[in-house]
Amino acid sequence: MNTLLQVQQLSVSFGQREVVHAIDFDIGKGEKVALVGESGSGKTISALSLLGLARGAQVKGQCLFDGQDLLRMNEPHLQGIRGSQIAMIFQEPMTALNPLFTIGEQIAELLQWKEGASRESAWQRAVELLNDTGIPEPRRRAHSYPHQLSGGQRQRAMIAMALACKPQLLLADEPTTALDVSVRGQILDLLDHLQQRHGMSVLLITHDLNMVRRFAHRVVVMDKGYVVEHGNVQDVLARPQHPYTQQLVDSIAKRHVPDRKSDAPLLIDAQKIQVTYPVPIAGWRGWFRKGQFVAVQCATFQIKKAHTLGVMGESGSGKSTLALAVLGLLQFEGQLQIKEKSWMHQTQTDLPLRRAVQVVFQDPFSSLSPRMTVEQLVGEGLRLHFPDLSLSQRQDSVLQALSEVGLDETQFPGLLARYPHEFSGGQRQRLAIARALVVSPEILVLDEPTSALDVTIQRQVIDLLQQLQFSKGLSYLLITHDVDVIRAMSHDVCVMKDGQVVESGDVDAVLGNPQQAYTRLLVSASSHNLA
Amino acid sequence: MHMANVSLSPSRRAWKRFRAHRLGFVSLVLFLILFVASLGSELISNDKPLIAKYNGQIYWPIIKNFPETHFGGDFETPTDYLDPFIRAQLAKEGNWAVYPINPYHHSTLNYFAKAPNPSPPTMDNWLGTDDRGRDVLARILYGFRVSVLFAFALTITGTLVGVATGAIQGFFVGKTDLAMQRFIEIWSAMPELYLLIIFSAVFDPSVTLLLVLLSLFGWMGLSDYVRAEFLRNRQLDYVRAARALGLSNWAIIWRHVLPNSMTPVVTFMPFRMSAAILALTSLDFLGLGVPPGTPSLGELLAQGKNNIDAWWISLSTFAVLVFTLLLLTFMGDALRDALDPRKVDVQP
Repeated sequence: MNTLLQVQQLSVSFGQREVVHAIDFDIGKGEKVALVGESGSGKTISALSLLGLARGAQVKGQCLFDGQDLLRMNEPHLQGIRGSQIAMIFQEPMTALNPLFTIGEQIAELLQWKEGASRESAWQRAVELLNDTGIPEPRRRAHSYPHQLSGGQRQRAMIAMALACKPQLLLADEPTTALDVSVRGQILDLLDHLQQRHGMSVLLITHDLNMVRRFAHRVVVMDKGYVVEHGNVQDVLARPQHPYTQQLVDSIAKRHVPDRKSDAPLLIDAQKIQVTYPVPIAGWRGWFRKGQFVAVQCATFQIKKAHTLGVMGESGSGKSTLALAVLGLLQFEGQLQIKEKSWMHQTQTDLPLRRAVQVVFQDPFSSLSPRMTVEQLVGEGLRLHFPDLSLSQRQDSVLQALSEVGLDETQFPGLLARYPHEFSGGQRQRLAIARALVVSPEILVLDEPTSALDVTIQRQVIDLLQQLQFSKGLSYLLITHDVDVIRAMSHDVCVMKDGQVVESGDVDAVLGNPQQAYTRLLVSASSHNLA
Repeated sequence: MHMANVSLSPSRRAWKRFRAHRLGFVSLVLFLILFVASLGSELISNDKPLIAKYNGQIYWPIIKNFPETHFGGDFETPTDYLDPFIRAQLAKEGNWAVYPINPYHHSTLNYFAKAPNPSPPTMDNWLGTDDRGRDVLARILYGFRVSVLFAFALTITGTLVGVATGAIQGFFVGKTDLAMQRFIEIWSAMPELYLLIIFSAVFDPSVTLLLVLLSLFGWMGLSDYVRAEFLRNRQLDYVRAARALGLSNWAIIWRHVLPNSMTPVVTFMPFRMSAAILALTSLDFLGLGVPPGTPSLGELLAQGKNNIDAWWISLSTFAVLVFTLLLLTFMGDALRDALDPRKVDVQP
């Protein structure tokens, strides 16, 4: 196969710090290569530096594209290559598209600029391109602004724009990460289809091995700025050689849950929970009254001691709202009995219940106050719920909780006096779990506990949560969009769509034999069915 | 992550970045030196000797007033130490006196001056005198102190009120926010200068009155920023986690949201200081400010305008103002850089 792009000894550094260390890889004509690695592995910056888009970076090495070295090209020449021969699509289409222009204008402008097309013919081509990417009613949609489109449609528009000048190489930087699970597959299929039709090469940058399996011919694995392994997708994923690749391939958590006990006491009994938000109504009527948006409708579920209920759904399905309702942080209608008590929505009367129900949020970067030390963060619950503890007793309890989540003084000298910014994402999530555990709760609400973490870290956090459930007999309300996490941790599962529970029951029954089309769609996007 | 940064709190790291900003740090040091020096103006610029020995007895004229009769004068009036006769008495064999560097108080009228008022800079009056014969250097020194102290007071009251209102608006949102926001809109539409003119006609002018009047209007700009920070921070997960722990609203505001919302408050402080100095100067210039006789930069500028030939009055006041405001602006720039979350840490 002819080589289209050959990267040799590419190094990228910021000031004194080298982030990419002399990597080599190549892409053949019409080949699909995946560049895999976790956040901070240098995969995105490598791709950006190919096009001279890595701001403030010193780039060394050689990148031969069709025999020309991209790194030694002057700016006007490089501009000619960008977009017309090498195009790029980004993770977040909302920020990659200009919000002030319609998508048709943005595509047409590119054609006028790059190919000197006339206004009419450029617009015509733009509509065709949108049609190719499967946007319904392309003629009407071309007049839409980015915010008027759904996430999937925006990404399709981005792809249409990238393909406008028939590039030979497409750099796709995490093209599906910002999208819902059910849309991810469609976008990937679209890329696959367009790649075959145009015979272009694709460099797919991703952290998701499911996508690699499904899409790529060859894979290049990066870790900490080094290429640790490369080869055919089947070979590498079936017989990973490098320890990091092995860890990556092995990152799907194994199912490990306590046995069901029919006599376990009931901890949460929720009957017909309904949460509504007021929304403004357009027009003069909105001056006098508000409309209602039903975020959660008639959710009924029960959680027993040491059991896990998984709530599965996409963004906007109301699953996080449900979690906030269970935590008593939102007003809701319906019956919610936690240990046979209800939320009174008063700080003092709710205290005993607050101790029993704790929460771990998705993003460990926003869930820890950056101006508090580890001791203050984790000890806060103790100060409130056990005000009689002496300072040293409190410190002991904090250290105890930290060691339960795998953080101790030997790893981190002066652990208690440290601030969150000194910890990685996974360690921060452990801190957040320790903060919840320190008041010895019986129920943990886990709101997407792994979604913001790298794949190998996700596995570790799930292992930790499983182990804590065994040792402490915790009950979990697990909110996630990730079927693999549900499979690994849940006894029961509720599938939510647009605020309604569409399907619920035993995890094996629901995931093994889904009754609803929506559940089937979610399940088919999981790795189990791809491996 | 660098080992050197282990267990440095975010504010300590910001201080480190501020230290690394040379211009800003030098400005801070210079400003502090000037401020501390102006606090001791009485020791630097005064018409009384710090200490004197007369006929075998030690006197502290700077602390206690002595009638002229103590030093061989004829009247029971307080001693005028600029009087050549008293000077001669104190210079006699066995007597001595230590005078401040600049032997004039801001209110000293030198009856024994050699040149007519206003006098250009001479060896006696380094920056000349104003149209009443008072020493310009002394008036600038005392005027600087009044300006800076006033600016401190105005900045602190404005910041406290602004943070409190912004916090309440941003945290409790909804109707509270709506009501207070409308109040701010109405309040900010009041003609501030017009009110000042009315009040200065009705009441006796005083620094306190000025402080109260300017504070009534000075907090609104800051409360908007604090409100915005609170609106952003209140919906972050760490606040939700604190709610889930059962913390009261007050504890959440005090321990969680407020410390994370202080960036604009701290960043704006030097700029608010310089705005306050400028406000006081302008009001004094217009004659709406501090009571007559109080040393003030604005009053000096007005004198400079009235005596356009006496270039030393306006020029030296102008230089001091520019220098002070520049220092504050440089400090503000450095603070803004130091608190910018996008800036990476400085290597030690």
